[in-house]
Amino acid sequence: MSTGTLIFMVVVQVTVTVVTAYFFIRVLRTPPKA
Amino acid sequence: MPKVKEAWGSRVGLILAMAGNAVGLGNFLRFPVQAVQNGGGAFIIPYLVSFLLMGLPLLWIEWAQGRYGGARGSHSTPFIFDSLSKKRIWKYVGVFGIFTNIGIVSYYTYIESWTLSYTFKSIAQSFNGLSRHQVSAVFDSYAGVHGAVANHAVAINFPVWAIVAFVITLVINIYILSRGLSGGVELVAKIAMPLLLVFGIFLAIRAVTLGATGVAGCATCNSHLGMEFLWKPNFSSLSDPKVWLAAAGQIFFTLSVGMGTIHCYASYVKKNDDIALNAMSAGWMNEFVEIVLGASIVIPIAVGYMGLDWVKANAGFMMAFKTMPFLFNQWGPWLASLSGVAWFGLLFIAGITSSLAMGSPFMAFMEDEFNMGRKKAALILGAVVFVLAMPTILFFEMGVFSEYDYWTGTVALVVFALGEIILFSWIIGIDEGWKEIKRGADIKIPLIYKPIMKWITPLFIIIIFLSALIKPAGGGVSDWQLAFHQLLSHGSWPFASDSIISQIFHLDQPWIWFRNGVPTVLFFKDMSRLLLTLTFVGLAYLVHIAARKKRRTSKITKS
Repeated sequence: MSTGTLIFMVVVQVTVTVVTAYFFIRVLRTPPKA
Repeated sequence: MPKVKEAWGSRVGLILAMAGNAVGLGNFLRFPVQAVQNGGGAFIIPYLVSFLLMGLPLLWIEWAQGRYGGARGSHSTPFIFDSLSKKRIWKYVGVFGIFTNIGIVSYYTYIESWTLSYTFKSIAQSFNGLSRHQVSAVFDSYAGVHGAVANHAVAINFPVWAIVAFVITLVINIYILSRGLSGGVELVAKIAMPLLLVFGIFLAIRAVTLGATGVAGCATCNSHLGMEFLWKPNFSSLSDPKVWLAAAGQIFFTLSVGMGTIHCYASYVKKNDDIALNAMSAGWMNEFVEIVLGASIVIPIAVGYMGLDWVKANAGFMMAFKTMPFLFNQWGPWLASLSGVAWFGLLFIAGITSSLAMGSPFMAFMEDEFNMGRKKAALILGAVVFVLAMPTILFFEMGVFSEYDYWTGTVALVVFALGEIILFSWIIGIDEGWKEIKRGADIKIPLIYKPIMKWITPLFIIIIFLSALIKPAGGGVSDWQLAFHQLLSHGSWPFASDSIISQIFHLDQPWIWFRNGVPTVLFFKDMSRLLLTLTFVGLAYLVHIAARKKRRTSKITKS
């Protein structure tokens, strides 16, 4: 697997994973509305 | 029977159910195949652009419309739309939000039943020692496929075990739906979605670490070559409209927008609860499953054992059933069995969390408008789905299955999405719509999305629809240029066989219903359309009756 392709794949997959985790953690940390 | 009071038990349950609605068979089978056929790694760029400019706005719009309708006692799109606009026509546009689900769930539940059967076949190690052709033949035998169409005979498939599995799958769906929202759908999502992640991560790690498999005489049998093939960006494909259309189409399918399921689930959100963050969380969860897990399983494993050339020529939906069990066989009997359970279990979970969502709008409609109890509504849904599904099973080879998929699973989604965004951004007005999305929001949505929702997203959907309507043969840049040249010089247009116009008028084949007294594939296709049209008309009539009932009730209340 060429280095360029590997970097492209890792950047896309890591970004998607981090964004998904960020929003889900925000959901978990938001208290219910009064 | 009193009106059923449904509600989500928890916010996490709602998000997992919404993510389960979006995560379906397409995440694992359609996405990687689309990527392979449309520029590999470069496909991800128009795909993500479509997600940001069309997918996310549609998610917010559907969540907002659903919550708005739910606060006024409506949980299915005909009356959600009716609560948004005084014009009567909108509730009939809303019929698409029930019709599409009923149509799709009829054949989707059948595929779901294959995954259930294959999970048990994997446990029983039924594929052990079989060659690739034998594994493929197992499916043909299971679905009763006998290739009669090629001989111009009528193929009636009567696969007894496949029908039994279908009925069992349908009963499971109906039972869960009859348990209600928090006790059925949400409970399943809370158990199934984490399990799906475990299965998916297990298979993805296995695929990524596979590397060169040493298959004799196959130099390209290496899972890393599969990943290279899938992820290598071919930037020249970015100027190809075909790639953009495929990417935008995939966003439609994968997010389950334009169906009415999100409206239904969101209608049970309390009126001051957040939808902005919820939609983002559920939407991105789907993207994680698709881009990270979906891209890392089928293609790398298939290239690992079949080689790159074979995958380029054969990548398709049926690989899941006709090829994957053979590939797992290469890992020894126990790991093959475990991987088979993980793979087909994963597909079953992806399928059932989606089919439950597709059953919900019809249930909500019957409960809201006809004061029906959950169990009765679920039983009626089961009966309707059974009747609509049987032609797709019995005439599987006669094109009924693909006809349902084309009209309800492809065309209807785009038509409905176009309707809902016109209603949201233009009829109600983007200012009112934006206010509705922001109410109770736990995140700040970038202001740029306001003009995007008003101009860019509707334009995106109109282009998708028009392109699908008159797509020229080939569909590439040069094909469009040639088509316009032909239009100007000869006054004709070279429709692609899968364009909507060509499909409606059967431009790619002679319009013959009977050949030597035997009904043709075309006859079955047209009968499928008639059945789907009658279903739509029947649902529209039910909406008409419900609306009349509402008017009468409000008159009595006023007097």
